[in-house]
Order: sequence, then structure tokens, then C-alpha cells
Amino acid sequence: MGTASPTTLLICEHCDTVYRRRPLGRGEVATCARCQAELERHHGLGVNALLALILTALIVFVQANMWPIVTLGLSGQLSGTTLWGVIIAMWREQAQVVSVLVAATLFFFPLMKMAMLGWLLWFARAGRRAPGFVRLMVALHYLGPWTMSEVFVLGALVAIVKAHAYFDVIPAPGIYAYAALTLLITILAGVDLRQLWDDVPERAA
Amino acid sequence: MSALPRAAELGLIACAVCGQVCRAVPGDPRLDGDSVGDAMACPRCGSTLRRRKPQSYARTWALLIAAFIMYIPANVLPIMRTASLNDIDDNTIISGVVELWVKGSPDLAIIVFTASIVVPMLKFLALGTLLVSSWRGSGWARVQRAKLYRLVELIGYWSMLDVFVVALLTALVRFSVLSLVEPLPGVIFFGLTVVLTMLAAMSFDPRLIWDGKDTDD
Repeated sequence: MGTASPTTLLICEHCDTVYRRRPLGRGEVATCARCQAELERHHGLGVNALLALILTALIVFVQANMWPIVTLGLSGQLSGTTLWGVIIAMWREQAQVVSVLVAATLFFFPLMKMAMLGWLLWFARAGRRAPGFVRLMVALHYLGPWTMSEVFVLGALVAIVKAHAYFDVIPAPGIYAYAALTLLITILAGVDLRQLWDDVPERAA
Repeated sequence: MSALPRAAELGLIACAVCGQVCRAVPGDPRLDGDSVGDAMACPRCGSTLRRRKPQSYARTWALLIAAFIMYIPANVLPIMRTASLNDIDDNTIISGVVELWVKGSPDLAIIVFTASIVVPMLKFLALGTLLVSSWRGSGWARVQRAKLYRLVELIGYWSMLDVFVVALLTALVRFSVLSLVEPLPGVIFFGLTVVLTMLAAMSFDPRLIWDGKDTDD
């Protein structure tokens, strides 16, 4: 067993078909002829642009977590909450499973993802593999679908509409930060991170 | 169409984690995923190399059935209690959708209905169909089934919508005795359903769709 010229072959993850890899032009997408899954996608974002996106996302993430998301008013009383308010409330109300789910998918996993990517890209900028490159790349693969910030934005919208029937609802700055974060995450989700394996050669480790 | 070579026929294997193409001895039992011990590791990322996801049928069935069992209390039990000065109201998923519809936001009602009823049901049906048809080596609508699988993967986590709504309302509506919202056990079962269906979708190997008795397509 060995490495079969990694840059020349490509195997479709969804149906096991083997292809000869060819360089993609700007905006081009390679699709599997058998099962029509996406094989590879060329993205115009370089390492610097990606790093800038990650840093922006991190700043917005801090704001989304510090500022209250929604504020409710009822006969003069005001009640607002941040994401951590949500996590603590669910824990106290005997819904620890939900509390852990919310904390993991809306706080820890997105934060880990951004921090890890930022770390990898920071070193990739200098053409080097970051310390722990292999382990972080594997961890990023497994973190894949377990971040749900975009679902949370829609959930906040539904909660606002539901609460509107009984209370004065004031959308707080956190919800705008979340909306911006969703946009950034969507852009980042379109980037094929596996390219980093080829972009940063091993010998430079 | 039979000119497209498959990795297993060429003695190649793709690393499930990093996508690295590796040379493998055809028929090596260590690559089939059921043996324990000295498994081969990807030279690039160190993950275990396997021809297919290990015990894909058994795992996917188990997770899918577990998710379905959780889905029953998730729908029958109320997910949230809204209490105000003069009345206590327990909401199930469906009654929440109906309330949203009546309160004048039918568009959001449709979104919540899709996320919490249609998507989980679709996942049960779709994964069940994929499991049965692939098990039988069926050549029926392979491209469409492959697309169906990718759809299931893509939309799966949107079902968390209602869980987040309950969590947010619980944290927000805290006006002492005047008015409060509490989560009820239904929401826990629902959260577990979503996680289990996501795990089920991940453990299904879409390559099984193409591994039929007659590999000529």
C-alpha cells in the first residue's frame, strides 16, 4: 500500500467512481458523471481572504454572544436574554439534554471551528503547516454538520413572532450579529477545506 | 456508461476523512471494516481506511429505529408550557404550528411545520427506502436515490428549529408569576430524534446504492 499519486486521481465519495483530476478554472465545479455529486469546487478565495473572513466571523461571534438577542416588555418590565441565558435557563428547567445540545451546536462547535480554521490559515499564510495540522484537519472533518447557528436565527424569528402576541418585542443587537454570522458561515461552508492538504505541503511542517 | 471505473475494482481506496487516494490490495479483509486489530491507516491523516462505512446497514437501521421510537413521545408529549396569570397552556409541536397559523403568520407556520414534521418524516421514509433498495441490490432510480441521500444530509439539522424556539422562549419569558414559559419533556425527545436521525444519515454509506448485484449501470 502506498500513495497513488494523490494529485492526479480523485474518488467520488458518494459512489466510489475514480477520476483523473484536472485543474479547475475560476468558479468551475467538477461533478461526478455517475451519481452527480459534487467532486471538487474551485473557489476564488485565497488564504488571506479566508483568514479575513474567519477573523470577521470571530468578532461577530463575540458580539452575537455578548449582546442580548431579543428583549421582551410587559407592563413596564423588560426581559432580555443572551445565548448563555438560554443555555442556563434550559439547564435550570430540567432540560439538560437540550441545554447541552444548544451549548454544543451554537457555542462550542462554531467557536472551535473558527478558532481551528484561523490557526491553520494563519500558518498557511506563510506556507507552513500549523502545529497539530493533521489532528486539527481530522477534527474539522468530524465537526462538519454539528454547527447550527443558521437554524438558530430562524428559531429566533419564530420566537419573536410567537412572543409578539403577548408582549412588546424589541429585537436586540444580538439578533443582527447572528444574521451577519449566518451570512459569513454560509460563505465559509462553500469552501472545500480539503484543499488545505494540497495547498500546504507536508515537508514544510 | 460502464466505462467509469470504480475504486474497489482498481484496488484503490479513498480516505473517508481527508479524501486521499490510497492503493489497497483488492480483497484485503482488513479494509472491509468488520475486522478488529491492525487496520490500515491513511498515510496523510492517519484515519482508518475502509472500503465502506463499517456495518452501515446495521448501524443505520439501529439509529433510525431508535430515532423513530423517540419521535413518538416527541409528538405526543407537550414540548412547552406557557403560564400566565389566569391560565396554563401545554403546547405540542402540532398545536404550536396551529397557534402560529391562527395568530397570523402562516408563512412561519409552514416553515415550522416543514422543519419539525415534514423533514423528520421524510428522513424516516427516505433512509428506510435507501436501506431496503440498496440491501436488495436494486438498480432502480440510482441517480435519484443518490440525490435523495444528499438531500437528507443537507436538510437534517433544520429540524432543531422548534427546540431552539422553546429554549429561547424559556429564557425570555420570565415575568415572575405573571407569565412564564417552561420546557416540557417532549422537547427533549424531539432534540434526541434530530440527533439520532443525523447520526443515522451519517452512518449510511451512499456507495451502497451503487454496489448492487449487477455493477454495470
